[in-house]
Amino acid sequence: MLIFELSRSGRRNPSQSPSVMPVVEDIPQHLLRRKRPILPEVSEMQAVRHYTRLSQKNFSIDTHFYPLGSCTMKYNPRACNAFSMLPQFLARHPLASPATGQGFLACLFELQEILKDVTGMKAVSLTPMAGAQGEFAGVAMIRAYHESRGDVSRTEILVPDAAHGTNPATAVMCGYTVREIPTDANGGIDIERLRAAVGPQTAGLMLTNPSTLGVFERDIQEVQLIVHKAGGLLYYDGANLNAILGKVKPGNMGFDVIHMNLHKTFSTPHGGGGPGAGPVGVNERLLPFLPVPVVAQARDGRYVVETEEEHPQSIGRLSAYMGNAGILLRAYVYARLLGRTGMRRVAEFATLNANYMMARLKQQGFTAAFPARRATHEFIITLKPMKDATGVIAMDVAKRLLDKGFHAPTTYFPMLVPECFLIEPTETESKEELDSFIAAMVAIAHEAQINPELVKNAPHTTVVRRLDDVRAARELDLRWRAPD
Amino acid sequence: MPFIPHTEADIKAMLAAIGIQDVDDLFDEIPAALRGAELTAVPEAINEMEIGRLMQERAEADGRYLCFIGAGAYEHHIPAAVWQITTRGEFYSAYTPYQAEASQGTLQLLYEYQTMIAGLTGMDVSNASLYDGASALAEAVLMAVRSHKKGRTVLAPKTVHPVYRKVVRTIVSNQGIGLVEPDYDTRSGNSLLEALEASYSGDCAALVISQPNFFGVLEDVDAMTDWAHAHGLIVIACVNPISLALLKAPGDWGNAGADIVVGEGQPLGVPLSSGGPYFGFMSCKQDYVRQMPGRIIGRTVDRDGRPGFTLTLQAREQHIRRSKATSNICTNQGLLVTAATIYMSLLGPEGLERVAAQSHANIRTLLTRLGAIAGVEAVFDRPVFHEAVVRLQSPAADVLRAMEAQGILAGFALTDDYPELGQCLLVCATETKTSADIDRYAQHMQRILSKRRLDPPCAQKM
Repeated sequence: MLIFELSRSGRRNPSQSPSVMPVVEDIPQHLLRRKRPILPEVSEMQAVRHYTRLSQKNFSIDTHFYPLGSCTMKYNPRACNAFSMLPQFLARHPLASPATGQGFLACLFELQEILKDVTGMKAVSLTPMAGAQGEFAGVAMIRAYHESRGDVSRTEILVPDAAHGTNPATAVMCGYTVREIPTDANGGIDIERLRAAVGPQTAGLMLTNPSTLGVFERDIQEVQLIVHKAGGLLYYDGANLNAILGKVKPGNMGFDVIHMNLHKTFSTPHGGGGPGAGPVGVNERLLPFLPVPVVAQARDGRYVVETEEEHPQSIGRLSAYMGNAGILLRAYVYARLLGRTGMRRVAEFATLNANYMMARLKQQGFTAAFPARRATHEFIITLKPMKDATGVIAMDVAKRLLDKGFHAPTTYFPMLVPECFLIEPTETESKEELDSFIAAMVAIAHEAQINPELVKNAPHTTVVRRLDDVRAARELDLRWRAPD
Repeated sequence: MPFIPHTEADIKAMLAAIGIQDVDDLFDEIPAALRGAELTAVPEAINEMEIGRLMQERAEADGRYLCFIGAGAYEHHIPAAVWQITTRGEFYSAYTPYQAEASQGTLQLLYEYQTMIAGLTGMDVSNASLYDGASALAEAVLMAVRSHKKGRTVLAPKTVHPVYRKVVRTIVSNQGIGLVEPDYDTRSGNSLLEALEASYSGDCAALVISQPNFFGVLEDVDAMTDWAHAHGLIVIACVNPISLALLKAPGDWGNAGADIVVGEGQPLGVPLSSGGPYFGFMSCKQDYVRQMPGRIIGRTVDRDGRPGFTLTLQAREQHIRRSKATSNICTNQGLLVTAATIYMSLLGPEGLERVAAQSHANIRTLLTRLGAIAGVEAVFDRPVFHEAVVRLQSPAADVLRAMEAQGILAGFALTDDYPELGQCLLVCATETKTSADIDRYAQHMQRILSKRRLDPPCAQKM
């Protein structure tokens, strides 16, 4: 039932809007709305019940193990939400003077300092509103750097073939062409192909390390030398920062610019698809190009907001105000709760959980994509042997996991591993939870052998069964329309 | 260990299963030179009670002000139910609904949201959100240029939010797309067709029309839309969603209606919160749907023929098309859309119209009160929605500071963005302002201006 189908003409909530409807006299008729918009006319209780029930149709971290690879679905501490939603923080207008926001700005300034330390970079701007916007800021800075030196022949961005789709899409948005670099048999970047690909046209390389294949790029120091020698810059996609938090700093690997996903590593909520936050960090040479605004501390200790005025070479603004400010507060609270020791333990236990799961699944007959490698905070298994033996594919297993009360891992990404499951348990899951998931995988493998149709037709227990995606795209129904 | 449930026994058993002695062995593939980087600036952990105390102190230090600033972010009443439901764990801690069967709650809500936005803007389809109003406008510019195929320049009059124009430049300039900014009429605060005509060239692809415009003034949207279409341009409407309960839907502008509509969704149930997280909305005519960026939800059926919802038209998106995607956007602003959908459901069509009409009435009351004060004058002579520009006899920044000392945020100074409007304030009154609030504003303004007139600061130097 849609909210519109609950609607009855004339029903309203008098407590929620002004008690009178003032007459509008001065606006000319031709600028006024002709017909009221179709919005629900429901009681407050109907709305509350409707959306509460809808929420119950979701899997979420708070209700289910959610091992979505490269998404870092860890527990979102409630304190982070509660202390970021204090009334004074919520009520503050973004254009109110910095004098009225010293408490808020103190949190942001300290968060910048924390993120600088964690990444080993020289400066941080908090303004990008998601990972993809952080990537945009990073590549735009690379472009601004080359242009500032009159080096305008660099037209190409390199990305590994296993990279997340946002990497090539971002490079194109920044006016670059994209060249993909293949992966070698052990999941590393193919060094010889990289060597052959770089040249005077290379603006930079975008790299996720640990990579989306669930392994650490062991040749990173060599990769760094090859790209820098060719005059290119090195971009760090922080999607997998959780794996090395407090253990290894991207700045020490030779990266020039990095974005972080605070909704992953710093546990801000994923919200059913955002908001995220994608702060960027830079080393010395990209410092002048950092997006604005950034928070600074004046000599008298007061916090100020710096803009284009203090940063004339900045790539500019990415949002109307200060990015996803309330999300930044959540990340700050989380960082303070973890502290420096807690941060290191994030990487250790995320990695322990992943390696434990990989070891146990291997023992149970599953095939790791890179069996000779350590897992990072995530790992890949390929279900190709199961497909060959039973016809059951990775998507079927994903759907059957829903029946067993687990959200599915990331499926069919990276695309170069056939029948791919990218599994990321995160550090906040207990051994018992991991063991239940492993047991579910074993049970499904058994079902695939004795009753493959059961798996192929999964899910059976969810609120809907498998949906017709082809019909969804062919017969577009993107909004409800009132029956005539 | 915060948020890590492992016992010593667990750790031992897990290490044994892996076949290693120590957790550090798990990092042995990382070159030794890179390992063991110490954190030095991150403080040691504090507990929930301690961080709670600190955040409370900082919030109290920031205090509460009576806020008459708008300029793109607006204070409205938010029903208590909105955020109580939005922060339910099932919405708050879920992710992008890739597994449709396990995400029907989020998916149905987004479908309802798309319906509401399409209806409010008078468009055929809506996406599931972009980051904020400014970045949504940038995406609309890219979408218009892709759709137009010939033009690489977009007309964005100076009446469009100045920061939106900056953000658009940041995002589109690397693709060689230009922005031309036609002037406004200094008497009406409107964009005039003559100015558009003067800025027009054969390279133009689209015209941005802001309604109300940044000055709060209502543009002659019919004439502008028809002018743009007569020149073969795509019309991008940039609108305030609350105003649409009162003002003509962009789909009805001129003879053919706007083509793409974007705006800042914050007024729909999202707190001001120092600037974010907000959300950008985008809707368009059916013809443009395959050029739209971001997530789109479609209704379909499951294997048993029951209705259900799923992400659709994913062939536009980066995770499928990579370098050929319509945008790099992945994560959007789902949680804020959740709040907005619940907000619109609780307000309904009449509630939303009351909010819009009361806001309009309040700015008119405030303008009347201010008009009676010596040293304040209205700048433009056209009707406004819920904010307006007033010129002060004294420098705006000084007056703002004096008002702030009285606990009132009196508006936004236009001097930096519009030097020709020096000493001008953009002031906003929404439905949250009572007549007592408006009195307080007017009384303090009168007192501050008369004091400055009798005893100007420069006099003390002489």
